[in-house]
Amino acid sequence: MLDNLSIAPRRGAAVLFAALGLALAPLTPAAAAVVEHTLDNGLKVLVKRDARAPIVTSQVWYKVGSSYEHGGVTGVSHLLEHMMFKGTENLEPGEFSRIIAENGGDENAFTGRDYTAYFQTMAADRLPVSFELEAERMRRLALPEDEFLKELEVVKEERRLRTDDDPESLTYEQFNAAAYEASPYRIPIIGWASDLESMQVEDLRRWYRQWYAPNNATLVVVGDVEPEAVLALAEAHFGPLAPEPITAPKPRVEPPQRGEKRLRVQAPAKEPYLLIGYKTPALGHAEAPWEPYALEMLSSVLDGGTSARLSRELVRGERIAASAGASYSAFSRLPGMLLLDGTPAKGRDVQALEQALLAQVERLRREPVAADELARIRSQLIADKVYEKDSVFYQAMQLGQLETVGLGWELVDDYVEQLSAVTPAQIQAVARKYLVPEARTVAVLEPQPLDGDAPQTAMARAGQSRGQTDAQ
Amino acid sequence: MRSNRPTTAMARPMARLVTHLMARRAAAALGALMLLLPTLASAVPQIETWRTDNGAEVLFVAAPDLPMLDLRVVFDAGSARDGDRHGLASLTAGMLTEGAAGLSADTIAEGIESVGAELGSGADRDMAWVSLRTLTDPEALERALDLLTKVLTAPDFPAEDFERVQQNTLVALRLAEQDPKTVGSKALYRMVFGDHPYADDPSGTAETVSALRPAHLRDFHRHHYTAANATLALVGDLTREQAEVVAELVSLGLPAGERPADLPPVAALSQGQLQRIDFPSSQTHVYLGQPGMRRGDPDYFPLYVGNHILGGSGLVSQLMDEVREKRGLSYSAYSYFLPLSQNGPMVMGLQTRNEQAEEARSVMLETLQRFVASGPTADELDAALKNITGGFPLRIASNRSVVRYLAVIGFYDLPLDYLERFNERVSSVTAEQIRDAYRRRIHPDRLATVLVGGEQDSRSQTVNNGASAPAEAAPPSVAGGDATATATPASAGAPMQVPIQAPVRALIRAAGGEG
Repeated sequence: MLDNLSIAPRRGAAVLFAALGLALAPLTPAAAAVVEHTLDNGLKVLVKRDARAPIVTSQVWYKVGSSYEHGGVTGVSHLLEHMMFKGTENLEPGEFSRIIAENGGDENAFTGRDYTAYFQTMAADRLPVSFELEAERMRRLALPEDEFLKELEVVKEERRLRTDDDPESLTYEQFNAAAYEASPYRIPIIGWASDLESMQVEDLRRWYRQWYAPNNATLVVVGDVEPEAVLALAEAHFGPLAPEPITAPKPRVEPPQRGEKRLRVQAPAKEPYLLIGYKTPALGHAEAPWEPYALEMLSSVLDGGTSARLSRELVRGERIAASAGASYSAFSRLPGMLLLDGTPAKGRDVQALEQALLAQVERLRREPVAADELARIRSQLIADKVYEKDSVFYQAMQLGQLETVGLGWELVDDYVEQLSAVTPAQIQAVARKYLVPEARTVAVLEPQPLDGDAPQTAMARAGQSRGQTDAQ
Repeated sequence: MRSNRPTTAMARPMARLVTHLMARRAAAALGALMLLLPTLASAVPQIETWRTDNGAEVLFVAAPDLPMLDLRVVFDAGSARDGDRHGLASLTAGMLTEGAAGLSADTIAEGIESVGAELGSGADRDMAWVSLRTLTDPEALERALDLLTKVLTAPDFPAEDFERVQQNTLVALRLAEQDPKTVGSKALYRMVFGDHPYADDPSGTAETVSALRPAHLRDFHRHHYTAANATLALVGDLTREQAEVVAELVSLGLPAGERPADLPPVAALSQGQLQRIDFPSSQTHVYLGQPGMRRGDPDYFPLYVGNHILGGSGLVSQLMDEVREKRGLSYSAYSYFLPLSQNGPMVMGLQTRNEQAEEARSVMLETLQRFVASGPTADELDAALKNITGGFPLRIASNRSVVRYLAVIGFYDLPLDYLERFNERVSSVTAEQIRDAYRRRIHPDRLATVLVGGEQDSRSQTVNNGASAPAEAAPPSVAGGDATATATPASAGAPMQVPIQAPVRALIRAAGGEG
């Protein structure tokens, strides 16, 4: 719930199945290879055939997101994503969606720190419809001012819904802004409220010109299609689009953290919430390439299912947490954080929960992880790699994300092996190196009365309003 | 991997069945060797159905392309069977994995996860469910089915674990109280359903959950988790014979039992009701609701297609056009029917900043009024039919969605050709049928209305003031608009409740993106 979309690292299969003595090969058609081709204008096209169902998903991933933004225009990537549905030179506002709908398609888009992506999932024979429309809005977006002004109001409502009125989400936003100094990961994807207030359509026009071009995009297609035919279709629709000089974003390297940071967030809520983050490397930046994989495995030791340590020991054993979690992603463009979070169990406080989470960290530093814990995580990785084939959308998303954060889609074919090779000593080593107090940020949500009155009257009023309103 | 702890009386017959199963699997593997080409996916899943020896209903679709199995067991054991003990069905389902056949919660979780399987359980208003996803290699399948069988048929409801889950449920209830969306939704159900069991939230209340004891759960499990009350849905890489073995194995320990009596019918609302709930949020969540339709309802298809046009398609609905596209009032605006055993709710909803809550409510209400009065245009109907029928292959493309369809078809006794004839039935719906069904079934002057938010005006919270929602500025007429999609309720767009894919939801949530 916290991470910036960690595409769950789950992959690998054949080698490990052999090791387990399971004859899998005869039962599954060989995994279809990914066909890669780059058009002359720089658009990278990735196609994977999956003929289980007569459908196709088509996704366009742009290398731009909130981590490309600067102060004053935060939220512009996301707002532009909304405006991509509001008309082009040849399409009326909303016509894009109407055409996709009439062709039986599901469509949407999403913005992250490192990417903005658009997708359609349709019957396989409708792929040309998707290509024609995506090619049109890649270079010919209209950005009319009147539509912009209305959509800006929609996005402000979205911010209120997702962040302002959700105390845990609000805590997460403040936490990021406090933890990161120079890194653009401090910027909320939805944008700061004031930046939304002052946003101009010209800001979007500039952003569109700067980043929306074939040489800054990846087209990913997975489904019941012939790769060669898809490449020809892509050439026909996207080939004529002109490339643009793209200037890579500045590095904006986060300086080393020089001591623990703590913050309290006060918002109307019923229950406290605790969030702890440690600055960690990502795959593109680690001193040793195995370190991010070791951090992924460390995160799974804590939270890789109901049998993992946080559920077993903090929720069930000590009963100190009503819920507790850990997350980390090796697959981000810039270094991020390993996060721990939780809600105290009834009758326990946030301080006790923090002590318990830190004790878990201390244990990872002190003693190697047991072999059976790692074995269980490897089994889950292998199984998840099979399960993910139940979704063409998810398969395409993995390719698109890995490519767009700069790691290369080829990683999809070996990250499970990399994860499975991680040793208990390596997990202990990254715990000792990165899970240190100096690199830690701790945020606590301190609930304020929901009725908005002074805290001393909260108890009486809370009881009253419960009876009056929703009789919980 | 640790070895399993104590066995139960059931262990021996189970072991035999598993051996039998493995033998058949070996044969299947040899057969598959000869079929190097993947089988062509047929347009619609071929459903096979039968009953187990002790009477449980089984629905099965063979899906040989991936070496995995999705299994879903549902019981008529949802919160509508709670009686006065609200939260009982949910807690019973939730406690199944917390100790069974002498195995601890830790041992069950380790066993499942050591073979990469996923085991879950829960309850909504009509049904309780247990779901399993596992690889079909012999070791994984045997381990996962053994544990599934134990949690289904021999849960222990250990006192200590019960107390923990009970306390954590109370925390979850308090977290729900800090979420205006949930506060509003719970209030709406209470107004729409009055004295009917559907009025109460499946999660219960602090008071009712605190009063529960393990004995209540044991009793509830004994009465409701029976073969007569069970539907087993299986989708995966099994032959029919293997599926029969799995179904026997899973249902073996269930007592025969009886089906409970039908739930009482839901009474129509006799008048409009409006409730305001003060909440310190920047937005007001606005809900309109009314009893809607049930599964197998004679008006199902006209209402389903009609709702798609009104507010169910997200992308291109009238409601999104009026609320978001034309006025920028809300990020999400939707309508849906949730068909249940008896008439489930028709719900419309949006969220907007407090100052414009009344305006947004008026727009939503007037959109409904106009739709009930006029129905869809020919163009709107045509577009909706193309979207629904053209999108049907997407709805049945994954094993995960098919197994949910099977469970719903079995549980609600829908015809086995439901999926096969879905597009044909949708295509035959006319504008006149939609208009007629809406006029008979939906009454804009008798809606339940809930507003949760802050400082709309000086009126204090009023409960059931009897006022039907007032109309304000009349918006211009509809011009078939559209919208970028938004996360709609699970039941909104699809022909049945099939939640959006987990990765999408995680992504929408994580990305803070336009979802």
